[in-house]
Amino acid sequence: MVTDPVVKVSGLKVGFQGRSVIRDLSFELRPGDCLAIIGPNGCGKTTLLKSLMGLLPFEGQIRWSREARLGYVPQRVAADLQLPLRVKELLEAKARLLKLPAAEVERVSHEVDLAPEVLNSRMGILSGGQFQKALIAFALLGSPNVILFDEPTASFDELTEERIYALLHALQGEKGITLILVSHDLSVVYRYADTVLCLSKGKPCMGPPKEILTPEALEELYSAPPKYYQHIQDRSEP
Amino acid sequence: MDNSQSYGLALALVFALTAGFVGCFALMRRMLLASDVISHLALPGLGIAFLLKVNPLAGGAATLFLGTILIWKLQGRAGLATEAAIGVVFAAALAVGAAVTPREDLVEALFGALPKLSLGGFLLGLAAVASVIVGILWLKDRLILTLFSPDLAAVTGVKVSRLELCFLLLFSLLILAGLRFMGALLASALIIIPASTARQLTGNMASFLWISPLVSLLSVLVGYGVAIAVLKTSTVAPTIVVVSAAAFGASLVGKRTSGSN
Repeated sequence: MVTDPVVKVSGLKVGFQGRSVIRDLSFELRPGDCLAIIGPNGCGKTTLLKSLMGLLPFEGQIRWSREARLGYVPQRVAADLQLPLRVKELLEAKARLLKLPAAEVERVSHEVDLAPEVLNSRMGILSGGQFQKALIAFALLGSPNVILFDEPTASFDELTEERIYALLHALQGEKGITLILVSHDLSVVYRYADTVLCLSKGKPCMGPPKEILTPEALEELYSAPPKYYQHIQDRSEP
Repeated sequence: MDNSQSYGLALALVFALTAGFVGCFALMRRMLLASDVISHLALPGLGIAFLLKVNPLAGGAATLFLGTILIWKLQGRAGLATEAAIGVVFAAALAVGAAVTPREDLVEALFGALPKLSLGGFLLGLAAVASVIVGILWLKDRLILTLFSPDLAAVTGVKVSRLELCFLLLFSLLILAGLRFMGALLASALIIIPASTARQLTGNMASFLWISPLVSLLSVLVGYGVAIAVLKTSTVAPTIVVVSAAAFGASLVGKRTSGSN
């Protein structure tokens, strides 16, 4: 049975001060898909995510399904570190706004392994990893069926990163959550993504990881030789 | 003290509590200086109202709210030119107000005077202040999300620009309620200083939201007492602000001594 797309993008164009960042991009995602967006710095990955969420002006069409509930984990938050705001207060504010029961805060905190002492800490004094976990918990509140990640595990150690991606993969499998993630870690992209979208100065390309993440394609995309992309060699070895 | 003076003092105390509460959000939103600009916007309207011998609050309200919308529109744009424009609006409002206000009314327009209110005037002022409190409480969770991250708030469904306008208008309504006794120059002081004091004393939001109103209330009580009983003046605002600033100074000393955050 063919399900309706959760998002349909047609002819998307985004520009800043006369400079075109995204040109004529079209794609659609079905529920449960995992789309990874890759590309060199400055190619428009975060711009694309923000446009999808309506945070930036754009030309073209972005149509979300009526049932789409978005969760967003940004790459960074320019929040005032002196803010007298604890993690728990931030989560509870969102829970109240979405009219969620108080137990939801506890549930999402448990899902991302946020310790009670971290919940009661000010956002400004958290370590990078704790801060990102708080953002992920924030995104999971309200049971989104689409989660947009902008390099959310950049501050994590390898074990925690594995846990977070395993959690997301489980959410995708169990609840059919659609994932749209930006990641520089191509091994993560290769393992978890169904579809890869490459943004670069030229025309964007899109397809399954095996087709897109070839050494030749990556060399063209990043202007770097394929020897850095160990996962390709690892996968190709018997 | 007769009834009209009692009503004036009662409204001043209610204003103080509300100003301390709203000041917490203004400080977290880093708009304390903008709040100073907003209070000055009332001055041209006050001056014109004095000239035309109509209710000064009506004139003050007109320029206050129109100016607030102008500031909101300017803040929507980023860049140095916008900050310069806000600076021009602030300076121009102060200059125009000072120029048009009759000399005999200028001190009262700038620094206020403890108003003698009828019961109707008191109830109207009380309604204005109550509207601000109800409005801020209604918007509290949206404000918290937006001051942490406007992007995350927008994805959660908060209309960030509209929220900004609502907050600015509630802020202006609060300034209006305090205009008669604090004056256009000092009306924002009870919003700025107690919140800054409270922030020195606590890093916890729940505590922050009650310490600031308490400091504001005590500033008015002590300042009023000193102005009336010692200085024998009905221009109470400067004394209130001095007391409030002294409290801030004490909080800095206390913080340095304890080494707390």
